[in-house]
Amino acid sequence: MQRFPCPFCGLRDEREFHYAGELGKTRPATFTKVSDKEWRDYLYAYRNEKGAAEEVWVHLTCREMFVMCRDTVTMEVIETRALRKEVSS
Amino acid sequence: MANTYSALRLLREAMRGHKGWGQAWRSPKPKSEYDVLIIGAGGHGLATAYYLAKKHGVTRVAVIEKGWLGGGNTGRNTTAIRSNYYYPESAALYDFSVRLYEGLSRELNYNVMFSQRGMLVLSHSEPEMELAARTVNAMLINGTDAELVGPERVRELAPILNFRPDARFPIHGGVFQARGGTGRHDAVAWGYARAADALGVDIIQQCEVTNFLIEGGVCKGVETTHGTIRAGKVGAAVAGHSSVLAKLGGYKVPIHSYALQAFVSEPLKPVIDTVAFSPAYGAYFSQSDKGGLVIGGGLDRVPSYGQRGNLPMQENVIGGLVEFAPALAKVKLLRHWGGIVDVTPDSSPLIGPSGVDGIYLNCGWGTGGFKAIPAGGYLFAHLLATGSHHEISRPFDPDRFRTGFLIDEGAASGIAH
Repeated sequence: MQRFPCPFCGLRDEREFHYAGELGKTRPATFTKVSDKEWRDYLYAYRNEKGAAEEVWVHLTCREMFVMCRDTVTMEVIETRALRKEVSS
Repeated sequence: MANTYSALRLLREAMRGHKGWGQAWRSPKPKSEYDVLIIGAGGHGLATAYYLAKKHGVTRVAVIEKGWLGGGNTGRNTTAIRSNYYYPESAALYDFSVRLYEGLSRELNYNVMFSQRGMLVLSHSEPEMELAARTVNAMLINGTDAELVGPERVRELAPILNFRPDARFPIHGGVFQARGGTGRHDAVAWGYARAADALGVDIIQQCEVTNFLIEGGVCKGVETTHGTIRAGKVGAAVAGHSSVLAKLGGYKVPIHSYALQAFVSEPLKPVIDTVAFSPAYGAYFSQSDKGGLVIGGGLDRVPSYGQRGNLPMQENVIGGLVEFAPALAKVKLLRHWGGIVDVTPDSSPLIGPSGVDGIYLNCGWGTGGFKAIPAGGYLFAHLLATGSHHEISRPFDPDRFRTGFLIDEGAASGIAH
């Protein structure tokens, strides 16, 4: 099995992880009218990158969501990082 | 077709040491311009070219392929052919395909070995039997053949399965589609290639598209590794790599690419003469004429372009198979492979304009493209030749993701996709 690095728990078996979606989508602001086309692009248009991809994943055992950069051809994990922001003191 | 295949011809060639067969198709240099250019010489691309020439008289057609024809998912599937779908739109599409398959060997003068040995989808509990009855009713209303079968009939159809009462998933019955079955996947590609070539279609292999030629917002052809090829219309039928082309063309597709794995065993004496599928075990299998068990299951868990399988799904499928038919536990696998499939949010295909003028799509077939090759080709040819949808393909226009009229067949294969 492949192991993925959870930013919180370290290297864990790939079966503990769930792919949640592509990074960088912003839900359309519904203060104003959102067209069908905008909803389509938000809900259904994927980059589906061949090669380097930035994605949101969940580590099912610790329930944390995080960013994983990986190569979708070789399955190599390039980087993982937490989604939560550092709280400035 | 000058080079017709027949029993008489076989006898004649046998007497002559098989030296007179000639080539099945040409390997032409690309011309500078075509009326229609199709990207991808898999089953769908080749079938599209054939029906363009045959049904619509459009013969200035090229099919270009970055590898070799039939070398993608067309040559990497489990060869199942069926139309056991729930929604009327899907039933119309896939049953049209089964009907075309029924006459395909004769139409193409090429034996595609369509064997209607039936497709059996098992139910493992009483609630599943109720859903099976609902599926059978829907299929019958849609005009597809279907039979609700109990455990005794399943035992007649596939005695190799696990009928023990203490099985992990005891067999309660299932849905049987007698017209379903298997075909020879390579022969479907080769048959369409040969028939299209005979009608004047140029099939250009080892020619990769590097860009679209867009002039004034309209696609006028493609840049390839063999130079620029201009075309009136461009059709993309590239399955798992649809998003790669979309990026070049500047349009968007609702697709995630996944690896789908399959396995074939060492040859055995006949043990099963139908296609048996258990959604609960997550595995299905049939037996080829050579004796190899052809085994399939669900998608890999992670989107990917790596044309090979991953271990978690291998464990699922093989573990499921061993409980599904325990007598097969010691059978050795001979080969194992993965193809990249293009999965849409509603598990239904995309047939229609891409959003960029001049580029049309036939993709999104996900895990079930092989069974749909004749229909996909026929309907895509109609779209490219006339500029408008055939009534069967209209519901599958990509615009459904804007209007919201999705055709959610996520359950159609019975495996979570």
